[in-house]
Formats: sequence, structure tokens, C-alpha cells
Amino acid sequence: MRQSKSTEITVGMFVAAGLVALFVLAMKVSNFTDFTDEAGYQVVAEFENIGGLKVRSPVTMAGVRVGRVAAIDLSPVTYNAHVTLNLYGSFDTIPTDTAASIYTAGLLGEQYIGLEAGAEDEFLKDGDVIELTQPALVLEQIIGQFLFSKAEGE
Amino acid sequence: MPLVKIRDLHFYRGNRAIFDGVNIDIHRGKITAIMGPSGTGKTTLLSLIGGQLRPDKGTIEVDGQNVHTLSHSELYALRKRMGMLFQSGALLTDINVFDNVAFPIREHTKLPETMVRDLVLMKLQSVGLRCARNLMPSELSGGMARRVALARAVTLDPMMIMYDEPFTGQDPISMGTLVNLIHRMNDAMGLTSVIVSHDVAETAEIADYIYLLSGGKVIEKGSPEQLKRSSSQWVQQFMQGLPDGPVPFHYPGTDFADDLLNGEVSA
Amino acid sequence: MIDTIRSLGRWGLSVFERLGRGHLLLLAILRGVPELFLRFSLVIQQLFSVGVHSVLIILISGLFVGMVLGLQGYNTLVDFGAEESLGVLVALSLVRELGPVVSALLFAGRAGSALTAEIGLMKSTEQLSGMEMMAVDPVRRVLAPRFLAGFISMPLLAAIFSAVGVFGGFLVGHGLLGVDDGAFWSQMQAKTDWYEDVLNGVIKSIVFGFVVTWIALFEGYDATPTSEGVGRATTRTVVHSAFAILGLDFVLTALMFGDV
Repeated sequence: MRQSKSTEITVGMFVAAGLVALFVLAMKVSNFTDFTDEAGYQVVAEFENIGGLKVRSPVTMAGVRVGRVAAIDLSPVTYNAHVTLNLYGSFDTIPTDTAASIYTAGLLGEQYIGLEAGAEDEFLKDGDVIELTQPALVLEQIIGQFLFSKAEGE
Repeated sequence: MPLVKIRDLHFYRGNRAIFDGVNIDIHRGKITAIMGPSGTGKTTLLSLIGGQLRPDKGTIEVDGQNVHTLSHSELYALRKRMGMLFQSGALLTDINVFDNVAFPIREHTKLPETMVRDLVLMKLQSVGLRCARNLMPSELSGGMARRVALARAVTLDPMMIMYDEPFTGQDPISMGTLVNLIHRMNDAMGLTSVIVSHDVAETAEIADYIYLLSGGKVIEKGSPEQLKRSSSQWVQQFMQGLPDGPVPFHYPGTDFADDLLNGEVSA
Repeated sequence: MIDTIRSLGRWGLSVFERLGRGHLLLLAILRGVPELFLRFSLVIQQLFSVGVHSVLIILISGLFVGMVLGLQGYNTLVDFGAEESLGVLVALSLVRELGPVVSALLFAGRAGSALTAEIGLMKSTEQLSGMEMMAVDPVRRVLAPRFLAGFISMPLLAAIFSAVGVFGGFLVGHGLLGVDDGAFWSQMQAKTDWYEDVLNGVIKSIVFGFVVTWIALFEGYDATPTSEGVGRATTRTVVHSAFAILGLDFVLTALMFGDV
């Protein structure tokens, strides 16, 4: 009944291999590393339409990732999308009049929020609101508008 | 007071009555044999005594405790004091002889390994297999396997031991060895033994008391001498192994001549 | 007519009876699990025969499943010019579905059938009865360690399967078909969610490990103690496990990924 050393060693190797595999899935395959995001501060932006934006979508500035979408709600007053952004602590010099827009990465890619810096001397703090926002482009709307203007022109 | 007291035992398999009102007393320090033709449920009786099966009616008391009203842990505590030798030996096939005999000690006690070794070697010595301790069960002959199983059954020094067909399928030498061992174990260790068997000669040689079972009832009981002198034809047929008698040679059915002439030909 | 209904009823009753016995056995096994932590060497022994012996088949199958996914996925994606998403396709298929499901099916075939045969043979050679009479509860001594070992092994095996499979997909995608390796990994990382995908896959494999080991142990413990009975029980283990895995997979997928 007592097991040999080699049994224990192989079982140990098996368990280790399983854990390593899980670790690889976490670090290499999935976005687990994103959860180790540095602590940051939260600001709020209201959008007319967020299209396909999701919680945890990236927030970028000049293409550099500066944060992630933390939460998405519907505002009960304005019926706009109420998006909470989690910005990394190291980017603490973003002007208060910064504009937020929703872009699509590539033609069919995922959607993300792009920030364009303003000119104010004051910087965004935890709990601040980004006033200038531009909604997501919804393809059907654009095509609709295009056809409408075409028809009007004739 | 007897060690095992069976009263009004009824047990059914489907609609067939295996036991139909059986009373048996097994006395301390004695070798009691339960005998009967194949299929009379002798092995079933041992399972009932060991608490592995439940009777449909009646009680079985072992050492004053009703086996079938005990809780799980009380039953297991009682079983530690009972040994059982299965027909096949029931050795654990993935460990060797030594570990098999050590198994109950390691399971039930926290004795240090050196003491386990001494105990196991002692028990193996008493069945003459001390030097076979490194063999695997598959390398043992049937008789040796039973001896190992016997050593294992007595490792915890039980108060009683039950033998299920210990002589079946043994060559004369190992049969003799087993008869001798059972007898010696009983006397040397002050055990109470129950032997279930249909080997008349060997059993009669060592048993103090014999119960003859047939058709779910106790047909006859008494010492081997009493049974040999029994006036019952059935008992005589069984004890002497006569081919025909009250138990017919032919499976019951229609008359042979009638069957040949008029029997249906199956398509 | 009456006979047909009657045999149907008998069949139904026996099914329920087996289900009941199965659940009682599970309860007895679970009660035996806590004390195993005091005697963990019993579990290690079983981890060896249940887990380690299944590693090779899992490694090889995982690698090939991943490679096939790479090949098939590439052929489909390249029509849309989206071959850079190959990593996403391979990783999501493996982590969400194929890893847990295929490794559970292999586990049932490799370890489950072996468990049933082992327990069934122990029963038919009176080893289980013998233990009972030695006052050792076979459910706690024999079944519970095997159950825990199966339960622990399955998620590890599924993780190995998925990881090796992703590697296989990468080998084919990058090495053979020339997909850019940076895009392969970065797209995969961007689209594969730790909670949503990886952890849900792990939960699936835990559930499968639980069920497959349970079925295997029950079939062995409940087998008719003859060589024919043990053979039939072994077949039943594989068939019932396959049904259980695929059925449960649908339910779990609906709960996890479907917005039901």
C-alpha cells in the first residue's frame, strides 16, 4: 500500500503539468494579465449610442491604452448610455475638456473608446465627467442618411 | 450463552425461500459446521451473520448484539472481532502476501511498521508461509491463498472465524493442511469457528457439532457421531454420499419412456 | 398489450432503482471524502493510475485536435481575409468546448472504463466483501480515493489538452500556413476572456470529472459479479458517460454562454 517514490514523483509532475497548462491558458491565451491592471481612477462619460461597446473594452489616447471600460448603464433621465471608464493612475494629466469617441478597430473589429486631449490646465480626477462625447457610428444609420441625402438631392 | 444465536430466520431471494425458520446456536470455543447440499444458502448464512445481508424475518445475535439493529459504526466494530475466510481467499490482488496480511493491522491500528512486521511474520509463520511473503496473490496456489487469507483473518485476534467452503477444490495434501490448521487455530487461539461445507469426511473430522440444512430448514443437528447414526434416510444419503435415495438422481419431471414416445420435438 | 405495458413499467422501475442506488452510493462516497485528507497517500496512488495514465492520450489528442483546428480554421478564415483571427478561433474552440468535452470523453474511455473493470473485478473476486468483513468499508477505502482522484485529474487533463491544442494550432498556423505569430497571440489574448472562457471551461471539466468518475464507480460497484457482467458494466460506463458529458455540455453551455 505504501507507494514508491517514483509514483509520488510522477503524480507530482502530473499535477504540476496541469497547473502549468492552466497558467499558460491564463497568461498566454486569455486576457488574464489585464486583470493585473494598475490601480486607477474612474471617470464617467455619457454617449448617445455606444454601438457594440462592452465592459472591459479598451480606452486609448493616441493609440496608447490608458484604461478600460469598467461599467455600462442606461441613464434613467436622459436615456443615454452611462459609461464608467477606469483610467490608469499613471495617466493622471488628462485635461478636463478631453473628448471621448467610440471607434471601431478595423471594419469589423471590436469597439473601443478613443480620447482626444483638450487644452485645459485642470486634469481629470476620480468621479469627474467627460462632457464632450461622440457616439458610435452605426452602419445602418450612415447608410440610411446617405440614401436619404441622395434622394433629396435628386 | 451461545456466541451466535439465530432465531426463526427467514430469508427470501425473489419468491424463493432460502431460509424458512432456521434456529442455530454456535457455542464459544467450539467448531460448528453448517452442512447441506449445494444451493441451500450456506454462504448466504455467513453473509447474514456478518451483517452483509438483512434477514426478512428473525434475529441473529452475535455476542449478545443483534447484528441487524446495529449502526454502521457498531457493525464495523463488531466485524473487527469476526474473521471470515472466503472460498476464493478474497486476497487483494494488487498487493503482495505481506501487505495483504498487514492490511487489517494498518487499517485499524497505528502500530509502528516494525511491530506490524513482527505481527505479520508471526501470523504467516503459523500458516507456514513466512517465506512466501513477497509473492503476489496471482502466484499462489489455491491452498496457499486460503492459508494467507486465514493468516489475514486472524491478524486482529478475532473471537470467531467463519470459513466458507474451506476444503472445496483442494488437493488431498492442502486439504489435510487446512483441516489441521483450522483445528489448531481453534484450540491455540481459543477461537469459535463456523465452517460451511459439503465435504463430509473432512468436516466431520474436526467439527464438534453439525447442523444439516436442506430446503431452508434444519434437517438434523448433533455431533458427527450422532449424525452418522441418524435414522433419517436423507441424513444417511448425505453423510455417505449415496447417488440415489430420498434426493433423486433425476431432476424431477415427466417419465422417461413417456418423454421418448410423446415428448414434443422442439423445432 | 398488457405484457408490453408491464415490461415497460418494470423497465422504468429498474431505471429508478438504479438511479436511487447511484445517488445513495454517491452520498456514501462523499461522506468518505473528508477523512481522505488525513490519508492522502491513498489518493496519490489513484491519481497515478487515474490521472498520470491518461496524460499521454490527452497530450497526443490535444495536439492533433489543435492542429486540425488550425488547418480547418485557416481555410475558412482566409476567404474573409481574417486569418489573423486564427488564434482566437483555435483558443476559443478549445477552451470553451473541445478541451473539456473531448478530454472528458477520452477520460471516460481510458480511466473510467478501467475504474469500472477494476471495481467490478474486485467485487466478483469477493475482495470488496472481504474488506467489509475485515471491518474496512470498501466505499471509503476503495471508492472514495478513486472518486477524489478522478475529480482532481479531470480539470488538470482538460487544461493540458487545451494548452497543447493551442500550441498545435499555433504550430500549423504559424509554422505551416504562415500566419503572423504576433497577430495570432495578441488577437487570441484580446478575445479570450479569463472568466468567461477559461474559467467556464474549467468549471465544465470539473463537472464532467465528477460525473464520469461517479458513473464509472457506480457501474463497477453495481456490476453483476461475473466476467460477463463486468464487461457489460464497462461498456455501460463509456456509453453513459458519453451521453452525460454531451448532455451536460449543452446545459452548461446554455447557462454560461447563452443569454437564457
